Amino acid sequence: MSRREIVIEPITRLEGHGKIHIFLNEKGDVERAYLQVPELRGFEKFVVGRPAEEMPQITSRICGVCPTAHHMAATKALDDMYQVEPPLAAKKIRELIYCAFMFEDHALHFYFLGGPDFVVGPTAPRAERNILGVLARVGLEIGREVIGVRKQLRDLIARVGGKVIHPVFGLPGGITKALAPADREAFLAGADRAVEFALFSLKLFKGIVLENPQYMEWIRSETYTHRTYYMGLVDERNRVNFYDGWLRVVDPNGREFLRFPARDYLRHIAEHVEPWSYIKFCYLRDVGWKGFTDGPESGVYSVAPLARLNAAEGMATPRAQEAYEQFYATLGGKPVHHTLANHWARLIEMLYAAERMQELARDPEILDPHVRNLPTAIPRAGIGVVEAPRGTLIHHYETDERGLVTRANLIVATQNNAARIAMSVDKAARSVIRGGVVDDGILNLVEMAFRAYDPCNACGTHALPGQMPLLIRIYNPRAELVRELRRD
Amino acid sequence: MSKPKVAFYWCASCGGCEEAIVDLAEEILQVVEAVEITFWPVAMDFKREDVERLADGELAAAFINGAIRTSEQAEMAHLLRAKARFVIAFGSCSHTGGIPGLANLFDREEILRYVYEEAPAVHNPQRVRPQERIEVDEGLLTLPAFDETVYTMDQIVEVDYYLPGCPPPVGLIRGALQALLEGRLPPKGSVLAPDVALCAECPRKHTKPERLALKSLKRPHEVLIDPQTCLLAQGVICLGSATRSGCGAACIQGNMPCTGCLGPTSRVLDGGAKALSAVASLLDATKEAEIERILESIPDPVGLFYRYSLPASLIHRRAGNGRHIQEGRTR
Repeated sequence: MSRREIVIEPITRLEGHGKIHIFLNEKGDVERAYLQVPELRGFEKFVVGRPAEEMPQITSRICGVCPTAHHMAATKALDDMYQVEPPLAAKKIRELIYCAFMFEDHALHFYFLGGPDFVVGPTAPRAERNILGVLARVGLEIGREVIGVRKQLRDLIARVGGKVIHPVFGLPGGITKALAPADREAFLAGADRAVEFALFSLKLFKGIVLENPQYMEWIRSETYTHRTYYMGLVDERNRVNFYDGWLRVVDPNGREFLRFPARDYLRHIAEHVEPWSYIKFCYLRDVGWKGFTDGPESGVYSVAPLARLNAAEGMATPRAQEAYEQFYATLGGKPVHHTLANHWARLIEMLYAAERMQELARDPEILDPHVRNLPTAIPRAGIGVVEAPRGTLIHHYETDERGLVTRANLIVATQNNAARIAMSVDKAARSVIRGGVVDDGILNLVEMAFRAYDPCNACGTHALPGQMPLLIRIYNPRAELVRELRRD
Repeated sequence: MSKPKVAFYWCASCGGCEEAIVDLAEEILQVVEAVEITFWPVAMDFKREDVERLADGELAAAFINGAIRTSEQAEMAHLLRAKARFVIAFGSCSHTGGIPGLANLFDREEILRYVYEEAPAVHNPQRVRPQERIEVDEGLLTLPAFDETVYTMDQIVEVDYYLPGCPPPVGLIRGALQALLEGRLPPKGSVLAPDVALCAECPRKHTKPERLALKSLKRPHEVLIDPQTCLLAQGVICLGSATRSGCGAACIQGNMPCTGCLGPTSRVLDGGAKALSAVASLLDATKEAEIERILESIPDPVGLFYRYSLPASLIHRRAGNGRHIQEGRTR
């Protein structure tokens, strides 16, 4: 057999255009699979010269699916830049909106993107591995509830933020307007519905996945396992927090390796450049870049739901904590290294987001009309951090004395995960493509390796039925097309 | 009768336009009933080959969001143009260049050098850059080229209609789909939004003074904005008077000024110039020192007045020595 190449292009559940290029040796086994990200818009450069207070709105255009994450990270960078502490009510309203956003975004991934692989099945007929298949399995009524609960929460975000796609409420020292009593009632109702829906989703996951030995075997399989460092925001008691806290890193054995405030990020996080992708690959400066490899000697780390659970010591709300304990009891203790466990972790985070919304909306202080402290300091530099649905997000700006940006640096969620995602695709391809045999089921098994992370650019894809179409072209050494496999 | 075929596609964009379609929520099911979506990479099965196989003009409409920055995006725009009877430039980036169009203030080389060499977290002593053709140990990999300039859709292909906004408001999307299905289309080249300024639908319009004479301007972070009063009356620049309506004054409902994402009305050639002149007419200053003091409160006029429209403007981009990729331009 001769050497050959497999190109998977286009892959669609990434924002823009991703492709996977697989090189096979003479035996038809994988030498290496590359996940390439072929796009760049250059936000870090063109924000230079713009007023800092416009950053929450300008940088939200990085991603129209997680605009609230960029909006919030930039807003927090402004608090830091102007050394102005928002009033308590403003902080609570920010976190309330943020939890609503995390919930609707996670729900979208589970039901429309990642869920079909489990709810319908990884080797189910390809025409059924999509939201229609999910609806057929769980019923149209539940499908309407997915659409309905998302719509309700997105409307709530717009109610405070002006728009849900590219909201406008964040300013240094607080937010643009106070919460009205009617808004609070609406948030309370939305939060209650969200808690019920999260509990239902966990039950659904238990019935379909946890009680299915074959699925559990997939989750635990070495094909989808990497032993890396994990990073996530934690509160003062090391519990998961989306809005604020310390960045905590645990090593591949689950021991605390770092715990630092976001302002120290440059001491710990570095970016590596490869000539074959426009994305930059983050790694831990303290360990160093050792290539696309895992283990304690490699600075590769991971973010997003599984990483957040691993990097923390628990959840701050009671029912999410129960689910957290069950998660580790079932999967053999901390840390869990199985990439596909991200799906379960995401549902646990949904429950936390919903419970946290309830707590915040019930707090009478949230109606305090004082929601902004005006900045008085001369701006210089500011760093803000949040946990985006897809992982740690850091915005860093430097300005002149008028508050015009002179330098910007953004560490976005999927960048933190980029090295491990690339490794996951490579490893899955090596495991499932053997002796040159490739078929439709195998394509899905390769896809599942990156889908579990919910790569940032997938966000735009969710609402309509559909699965990722794939095209694999196999060329001989003379670059002549010998075989084309398509999954329509 | 077979259902009309439509395509959705994205170029250099953030995904917000896709989410805006998703925000039709249950109405999207009615859309699927009425049309056959033959191409929607983000949500449905697709192949470029499937589009290539269509007869010219077989698609009733192609909705394309995002600006154009790579040759691949330009190729897709040309392909869809050939296959579709109507091309709708969807959203600010496609319509007027959008926020990523501000990249036209910098050269390609400046962007690449900063991102891959100068940004503070980068550790890249070898000065590695992404390459269009890369020999790795196992063989050859390729990446698309990153062009010098951001283009609007109609600078690359002929556009029939524009759906403005960042993202387009759900109501305008609904209206455009209905107009298309019922064949009630306005003259070619129309922007599918009301042709009046946003002030007309602003909930604060009754608080806008007959005549404004501002002696100073405030940046949004410098002042507590009253949630009932016209922002201009509070000295905060709001571009509502130079921007189309159709969004329900969403940002103003969020207690922040309009930043102009829907673009100007049909009577305006250059939206940024119009916005600048609208603001200038509100100022009460005759002495040079007064004027300068007020101008200091507009520290970034390009970013303010051309936030969504630099590529579409008469300025288009900062002059430079860089290569300007113009291939494929039809207009």
